[in-house]
Amino acid sequence: MSFRLVVTVKYVPDAAADRRFADDLTVDRDDADGLLSELDEYAVEQALRIAESRGQNGDDAEITVVTVGPRDAEDALRKALAMGADRAIHVEDEALHGTDVIGTSLVLAKAIETAGYDLVVSGMAATDGAMGVVPALLAERLRVPQMTLLSEISVEDGTVRGRRDGDTASEWLESSLPAVASVTDQSGEVRYPSFKGIMAAKKKPVESWGLSDLGIDADAVGLSGAWTTVDSAAERPVRSAGTVVEDGGVGGKRLAEFLASRKFI
Amino acid sequence: MTEVLVYVDHVDGAVRKPTLELLALARRLGDPVALALGSGAQDTAVALAEHGAVRVLVADAPEFADYLVVPKVDALRAAYERVSPAAVLMLSSGEGNEIAARLALRIGSGIVTGAIDVRPGDDGLVATQSAFAAAFTLTSRVTKGAPVITVKPNSAAAEAAPAAGAVEPLAVTFGESATGTRVTARTARESTGRPELTEAAIVVSGGRGVGDAGNFHIVEALADSLGAAVGASRAAVDAGWYPHSHQVGQTGKSVSPQLYIANGISGAIQHRAGMRTSKTIVAVNKDPDAPIFDLADFGVVGDLFQVIPQLTEEINARKG
Repeated sequence: MSFRLVVTVKYVPDAAADRRFADDLTVDRDDADGLLSELDEYAVEQALRIAESRGQNGDDAEITVVTVGPRDAEDALRKALAMGADRAIHVEDEALHGTDVIGTSLVLAKAIETAGYDLVVSGMAATDGAMGVVPALLAERLRVPQMTLLSEISVEDGTVRGRRDGDTASEWLESSLPAVASVTDQSGEVRYPSFKGIMAAKKKPVESWGLSDLGIDADAVGLSGAWTTVDSAAERPVRSAGTVVEDGGVGGKRLAEFLASRKFI
Repeated sequence: MTEVLVYVDHVDGAVRKPTLELLALARRLGDPVALALGSGAQDTAVALAEHGAVRVLVADAPEFADYLVVPKVDALRAAYERVSPAAVLMLSSGEGNEIAARLALRIGSGIVTGAIDVRPGDDGLVATQSAFAAAFTLTSRVTKGAPVITVKPNSAAAEAAPAAGAVEPLAVTFGESATGTRVTARTARESTGRPELTEAAIVVSGGRGVGDAGNFHIVEALADSLGAAVGASRAAVDAGWYPHSHQVGQTGKSVSPQLYIANGISGAIQHRAGMRTSKTIVAVNKDPDAPIFDLADFGVVGDLFQVIPQLTEEINARKG
């Protein structure tokens, strides 16, 4: 049987464009240009590398990408397929609108279990919500080891190894399979889809699953099923224009005067 | 009085500054009960009591150091059951958010991460967060269970507030999943002698304009004149000029110091996400159109190799 890699990905509003909240204070996904969360590209890349390293030993590996999101979220799956993933699952259901992180982890966990997996690979965080907790929640729900925030990852002989760089120390980690891993933007440069990859992606299947396919009650997700609520979202006031001066030879001194006026020196 | 459980970040008994800030926040919400785990946990009690902890729960076991995250979740759950707190507060960091999330799921509570303020409201605690590269400010509430909230460093000022700080040993039973992820080796980060980036009151950062790893000493000298931490933009880190542990931005660290000085940094959205909530922002860049100037309270358009050494010299002279 082939080695089953599942990569979780998210379709997010483009950070370079105007990002807003909709009237119900959920992230506005209709009016914004979306794309595959940049940090998830690292997860796809590491899954591809793990699959390729197995291929050298004659083992085959299958990479399935999974996303939960509205119709356009298929774009995120297509990008991952173009990079080289084999199969895609799109969990799509009207009841999912406004689902919080607890609900998202429920849906993803069910989808991952249904798809079948040996290793789940996620990005370190999405570039919109930026909570960085879905991989830990998946490990908790799936009852498998958590190998998260890795800047290096390898799989050999049924063991996952990796390095995690924390605030005060670097740790080398090890777990058995199956496991949930997440990788940081330090894990390795991401490949661009080739023309051949883009053409092949068009022919690859994207399966659409609904909540009923996963045995999830609509009450457990969506805005009404969320365990947290956003009460207000206010655009930060534009900072009043500061003073900008040309150097002209005394820029450092003028800066020092400014810092002294604010009591920093 | 309701109790608020505060998870303690410490290194061998030395309490990290963000935990003292959490205690100050927790005092607005109730009586802080601190939980300290691992080697040196007992030694945290004095500092915690000085900052308002009425009780200090402590537990040590090899599992906390030998396995990742889950043993700490098991301990936090045991503390939660002992205390029945109105809320759980902990530091928003990679590990802090992971521990908080797993706890929240286990106790059936909603979670808010990366709060920059927490206050009592009419319908429970109200957490303030920044969103979309700090372009928006949100207020959120947990609607199910006791709120689990992670808070960013520098969100409150640490305050001396002597309290009992009675030490209580906490018995922890580790579940099956506690030993799933083994830590096979650990290397402490080498100390630079400078403040930790996320905790520092002043951060001095360098970007693409610094031009070379060898030039970063100009940025470091300025930082040292101010007792500041050194940060770097993603461009500088990707170029290999400065370690990733110093990266400020969406995929690095998020900082919110009293003063942020950006040198040779254009101010791409990725970087702004990590520093926009700084109280005072200063920028030096040779490009007058650099977006960083839109955020700056004071900016100098000029060559940083001229401006920065002059500034450093002036600061050192004023210090006498």
